[in-house]
Amino acid sequence: MRYLVSVIHDSDDRATPDEMAAIDVFNDRLMAEGYWVFAGGLGGPSSATVIDNRGKEALVTDGPFVESKEYLVGFWIIEAADLDVALKLATAGSKACNRKVEVRPFL
Amino acid sequence: MNGVNVPEAITQAHHDEWARVVASLARRFGDLDIAEEAAAEAFVTAVERWPADGVPPNPGAWLTTTANRKAIDRIRREDKRDDKQKEAQMLYNDAPPEPLGTIDDERLRLIFTCCHPALAMETRVALTLRMVAGLTVPEIARAFLVQETTMERRITRAKGKIKAARIPYRVPSAEDLPARVSGVLAVLFLVFNEGYLATGPHTDPVRHDLTAEAIRLTRLIRALMPDDGEVAGLLALMLLTEARRTARVSASGELVTLAEQDRGTWDAALITEGHQLVRERLAARVAPGRYQILAAIGAVHTSARSVRDTDWSQVVALYDQLVRLDPSPVIALNRAIAIAELDGPEVALAAIDRLADKLAGYHVYYAVRADLLRRLGRGQQSRVAYDKAIELAGNTAETAYLTRRRDQLG
Repeated sequence: MRYLVSVIHDSDDRATPDEMAAIDVFNDRLMAEGYWVFAGGLGGPSSATVIDNRGKEALVTDGPFVESKEYLVGFWIIEAADLDVALKLATAGSKACNRKVEVRPFL
Repeated sequence: MNGVNVPEAITQAHHDEWARVVASLARRFGDLDIAEEAAAEAFVTAVERWPADGVPPNPGAWLTTTANRKAIDRIRREDKRDDKQKEAQMLYNDAPPEPLGTIDDERLRLIFTCCHPALAMETRVALTLRMVAGLTVPEIARAFLVQETTMERRITRAKGKIKAARIPYRVPSAEDLPARVSGVLAVLFLVFNEGYLATGPHTDPVRHDLTAEAIRLTRLIRALMPDDGEVAGLLALMLLTEARRTARVSASGELVTLAEQDRGTWDAALITEGHQLVRERLAARVAPGRYQILAAIGAVHTSARSVRDTDWSQVVALYDQLVRLDPSPVIALNRAIAIAELDGPEVALAAIDRLADKLAGYHVYYAVRADLLRRLGRGQQSRVAYDKAIELAGNTAETAYLTRRRDQLG
């Protein structure tokens, strides 16, 4: 079972050196214990471009598809047996990156 | 026919077996939705068949077998429509369930799943009442004063989340158990409290169905986890509170305070059982949790012949202990009520003044305040506080009581 652990924050400030070090430790653990699938940090909403090509012509819009106070700044994709395992990992992940996270299952 | 009263046998089987049937199906098919529906169908079949065929010698086994068959029928039916359901069928196996230890009772798994922390509190309550207690959706909707369709959606959404997010169907590991048990107890306490003093004006002030259900489920947890102090504590607390239920509302539908209750009408059997549990916890010599302390307070009240006879210093000492565990303003407010009896209303009033900001929307705060001011002869201020309490209170019996008190002010 795969889960998306979204990192949610109200600024796109980069992780501090301390946070980065904690994230590295957490990532190493994910890999060592077989939970790691993929992870990454994202540029802020101001760097986003929205494309809608459902009509005749592709519509390109500058900016995020929805303006909000808090937004996705990064994510982990983990492989976990069930939600309890995923929540435990996400709890450790939130502590490591010092940000809020949201856990959602892949279909 | 063997002379058994069939409707009674069905009601009894529903009480005794519902959770077990749902739990064993949930485990076997890995799907709460299928488990719930098949269990409900099995009971419908019992209602149809038992009057003619007689009550089976082992109703639980009959119901489980019937429900299993219904579940398999449903999976086969859906399998034809949707290949995705094949997954569900994979979970089906004919092997007899492995023998389970006490703590691994299937009903216990079911309770832990329904009370999972990833579900909202109101969802946990609804799901527990449906899956474990076997209440129908309309019954639960009525209990919590929401539309049936709203409650149906809430339960459907919860089952969907359990499945999609794979909320596990198991008893938590030893490491997580204390926190998860306390989550389950919080759900049961909420159900009990809603029954003991219903929140809204559009229902009976006291809902015996809910208090009874909460006690029944807590008894079940107690049977499954006999060594857990807080489980025993919550059961004792519920019993000692339930014992006073009939004395709590007057014939005219008015709330009767502890001081004014006819203690002769208290349920002696429940009190005896509650006291025994409290003694058992005292003998365990383990630092008590909040439910055990609340139960001990209940034990002090139910040991006294009257309010004057009550050992208030003991009550205050227990509240002091509770405040250390839970420094919430509501606990502090209850402590102040005991302080009023021990040190007088003036001291108590000073204590609750400090809570004014935090409890500004809580009717009990104003009711306590009004009573203390009344006892101090400050009628005008008391009236203002009663007005505020009445404005905020929802329970009809409580409103009636507060209104009479206010109108009796000189």
